Amino acid sequence: MKRILILVAAVALVAAACGDSTDETTTTAAAGATTAAPGTTAEPGTTAPPATEPPPAGPQALADACEAGQTDGDLNLYNWTEYLPYGAAAEDGEVDDLKEAFEAEYGVNLVITEYESNEAMLAQIDAGVPYDLVVPSDYMVTVMKNAGLLLKLNKAAVPNMANIDPAFSNPPYDAGNEFSAPYQWGTTGIGFSYDVIDDADGISWGVIFDPAMNADYAGQISLLDDERETMGAALKYLGYSLNTTNEDEVNEAADLIAATKANLAAFISAGFEDLLVQGETVVAQGWNGDFLGAYDAASTDDYDAYEEFGYAVPIEGGAAWVDTMAIPATAEHPCSALAFINFMLDAENGATLTNYTYYASPNLASQEFIWEEILEDPSIYPPAEMLQDGSLEFFSDLGDFTNMYSDAYARAKS
Amino acid sequence: MTILDEREGSRETAVNPKLERRARRRDAWRGFFHAAPAFLYLTLFFTLPLIIVFVFSFASRGRTGRPLLEAWNIDSWTRLFEPLVRTIAVRSFWLAVLNTALCLLVGYPFAYWIATRRKQATRNILLVAVLIPFWSNFLVRTYAWRMLLDSDGYITQFGEMTGLWGRLLFTVPAVFLGLLYGYLPFMVLPLYAAIERLDWSLVEAGRDLYASGAAAFRRITLPLSRPGIIAGSILVFIPSLGAYVTPDILGGAKTTLLGNYIVTQFGAARNWPFGSSISGAILIVMLAVTVFYFRSGGRTL
Repeated sequence: MKRILILVAAVALVAAACGDSTDETTTTAAAGATTAAPGTTAEPGTTAPPATEPPPAGPQALADACEAGQTDGDLNLYNWTEYLPYGAAAEDGEVDDLKEAFEAEYGVNLVITEYESNEAMLAQIDAGVPYDLVVPSDYMVTVMKNAGLLLKLNKAAVPNMANIDPAFSNPPYDAGNEFSAPYQWGTTGIGFSYDVIDDADGISWGVIFDPAMNADYAGQISLLDDERETMGAALKYLGYSLNTTNEDEVNEAADLIAATKANLAAFISAGFEDLLVQGETVVAQGWNGDFLGAYDAASTDDYDAYEEFGYAVPIEGGAAWVDTMAIPATAEHPCSALAFINFMLDAENGATLTNYTYYASPNLASQEFIWEEILEDPSIYPPAEMLQDGSLEFFSDLGDFTNMYSDAYARAKS
Repeated sequence: MTILDEREGSRETAVNPKLERRARRRDAWRGFFHAAPAFLYLTLFFTLPLIIVFVFSFASRGRTGRPLLEAWNIDSWTRLFEPLVRTIAVRSFWLAVLNTALCLLVGYPFAYWIATRRKQATRNILLVAVLIPFWSNFLVRTYAWRMLLDSDGYITQFGEMTGLWGRLLFTVPAVFLGLLYGYLPFMVLPLYAAIERLDWSLVEAGRDLYASGAAAFRRITLPLSRPGIIAGSILVFIPSLGAYVTPDILGGAKTTLLGNYIVTQFGAARNWPFGSSISGAILIVMLAVTVFYFRSGGRTL
């Protein structure tokens, strides 16, 4: 009797497990169908395609049929952490809640999921998770569009594309912004303590790579732990492009990093700004927004961290990066995604974003609403000519040469 | 318990071989059902992912970093023999060996001391004390170590006061300090278990036969606690070989180790096949070493 009971229970369990999984797939499929439905039912009202015409095939066609301001359901945004002001964070930053504003303006919910690296995001999109909008960095846009993972932007639905700074309207990672719209941009340079470096002007990568220059503070220097960024700094110091595919140049940069290792405290990509402010390091390679955020956090009513610490892009140049908004090919609500892109490219909303992140805005129209302290800070807005003369370079995807960089970097550290 | 009783009962009463066979089959079924949840879980979430790792190690890297399964080859496996990989592997190996030796050196006397406390309550309290660090996350504890070792940290200040050492953060000793701290419990617990159940009358007999304390330890206690030494060493060695968090946070990521190298392959390098082949190779080596270790030590277990 007991045996039969156990058997029945086990069979029931197995059946329940199987039943669950099939239920799940059917419900998700059903959800997909219902969420897709409003889009298709909404369309006849606006575009009214004749019944005889075959239905538009694929998400690209759906996106191309969107009109400015049109939505087709709740927007699933996949964004970096702390990269959109909403909730308590917006309150802390004394800026408007952009999530609330978007939802109020368009009448759809904004569902935000966050990630911490381009590669983590790529893996999700590659696996077919149906996010409607992602925020890939420059080189990742190239990777994703070449892999067919992005939809072309239907610019008719994004009139605010006109607000984009001409310097960002034809970027090397995505000619003509065909697949992406810039979100924020910044630079990789050197954060430092005025104890060891007197003047931010004319600072050289030599403060990290030249043992003669950093003899006084050897062991108190940090480099990013990122094969492109770290190698990029060395390449810039040597006078090469940070996108070089010349093996000799890459090896020379790796040798330089290997030789510099003895003078480093650490290779660190998360928390380099804290080490600087805490005094563990005095010179650090890093991203401008991270440094300024840390200086801000360290400042109190009677202590101004900006008097003790600075940031500059070295004279040899550095890396400029752009984070962009792009629509994955798996998007289920491309119209809502286009509406959001347009919303973020609005002059005032773009300014709100920058006032929150302390990163520069590629949105020229938003400059009049950006706080002056940000706009006039050369560590946030470097001199415009640096972008034109090639001293500030964007990272581009290296394709098959990616391995060469990984190996050179691993060798430098071994 | 009931199974055991029934089995004994059936052995006594079984005269009919058919009945016995049926009883045995019934027991087998029951055993299967008891093991089924764990079996299913392990198959789904342990074996299957491992198989996926192995399958991916034969894929090739697409231009964008997507693993292409249809163009399968053994390039990722032949790459393992490059000098760079060997350098990294050898360094990780020595780090793991050194850490295991360090844990054994510190852990054995400690486990011995705990196991020889007379009161059970004292032993229990000491064991709980060993386990307390596990109540919080390893990453959090490693960051706590960073605060102890940085310029303002108590350990650095003590070293500077006595003139014995300077700042330890981002140095090799800091890495070993962190690793020793992290993996010591894995060494102490099996050692404790082995020493505690040791037959002390054998030691007494040895001493009665005029063995010195050291000789008794070397010829009786140590061989008898060997299973604990082996188990503890394996438990420490395996995670040390893949150590990633500690060298990164306390050592400043200044040398590439296997753990970091694999992370790079799955991250920035977007070379999943190569990352998979390194992981697979480590697994195979580990399995071989463990089997060899147990075989050679197994006879005295």
